[in-house]
Amino acid sequence: MSDVHEVRVGSSDDIVGIRKMVRTIAGDIRMSLVDQTKLVTAASELARNIVVHGGGGTVRIERLTGPTGRTGVRMIFSDEGPGISDVDLALTDGWSSGQGLGLGLPGSRRLVDEFELDTAVGRGTRITVTKWTR
Amino acid sequence: MTNPQSGGQAHIVQLLSTRQDAALDRWTELAGATLRGRTTQTELRGELRELLSLTLASLEREDDTARSELRAVLADMSGRRARQNFTPKETAVAVFTLKQVVHELIEDADEDQAINEFVAFSRYVDDLGLLTFETYAATREQVIADQAEQLLELSTPVVKLWEGIVAVPLVGTLDSARTQVVMEALLQTLVDTGSESAVIDITGVPAVDTEVAQHLMKTIMAARLMGAECVISGIRPQIAQTIVALGIEFGDIVSKATLADALEYLLSRNGVRIVREVVG
Repeated sequence: MSDVHEVRVGSSDDIVGIRKMVRTIAGDIRMSLVDQTKLVTAASELARNIVVHGGGGTVRIERLTGPTGRTGVRMIFSDEGPGISDVDLALTDGWSSGQGLGLGLPGSRRLVDEFELDTAVGRGTRITVTKWTR
Repeated sequence: MTNPQSGGQAHIVQLLSTRQDAALDRWTELAGATLRGRTTQTELRGELRELLSLTLASLEREDDTARSELRAVLADMSGRRARQNFTPKETAVAVFTLKQVVHELIEDADEDQAINEFVAFSRYVDDLGLLTFETYAATREQVIADQAEQLLELSTPVVKLWEGIVAVPLVGTLDSARTQVVMEALLQTLVDTGSESAVIDITGVPAVDTEVAQHLMKTIMAARLMGAECVISGIRPQIAQTIVALGIEFGDIVSKATLADALEYLLSRNGVRIVREVVG
């Protein structure tokens, strides 16, 4: 099924819209309430990273159907910000380059099934996450 | 410098000024037709008279003062209509019907030169029409922003549960602006009521991410600095699991499943015991 949404994020107001969109899509494919909440929370964290660190970017949300008929949601968060210089450090619990708790990136990774981080200093960051229904 | 919009509309200006009353009558009639009695004829006529005389002045004298005054009056009128819940159509119709008025005047007078000027005049009116749309939209945006702000105030009530115990039931998304309002309201109420205990109930919060958690913890820390104890209640199963997966630690902050449990806990801390009376 090709059901793709692409939205720009530039401010906190956009994050609210993304949360709502993700919740609707996750509900449509009958994801459990726990998984819906996890996915929405991950979307919230990663979209906020785009706003706070990336200086704005885009979020792409698509519905997936796996080979075995399993359904899922894939979200791609891209920005053209400064990039992440030390990926291992950024994925460490409690380390934050800003004022946050330092759990956004490592926490989001635990909230989803697949997590892929593609970044280069000065070229921006792209994070792709996938969560499947159970 | 000649004004490109008013240049060479002498015949139309001439026609309009000689038959000003008839034009005004017809204009009021046309503009009033779509307004379905939402404004009185006298009121509308007054508004249109002002617009007509300013339009004539700005066309006639190629005068910047008259033009900016016309734009100001028009903006004011559109803004007022937007606030009175007129539709965009009802707002713009007052301007656009002027075209029909002038067209009819020209046909009556049968003046060929005026017909040639009509294209330029029409563009001039379109310009004014666009201005009304712009003002209308800007005013509506302002109305929405004001309402959002009012809602923000409304959506964060602090209620008294017991002598010395207050509660904040949070519903909806917690962002930085809202948390700020909640924190201020809670701390102020603690002072005003002399309370030493507070419950923050998040049953109505759809998702708790690191930002929301951080805001909650800051609020609780601030309350502690004022000597008050804060308890969180209403963390639903899916939110509890998400918080654990994210790795957020609430430390020594007390959390209860429901608002009732939180109240019971705080009452017992305050030395109040609830006893069920056995009847019979």
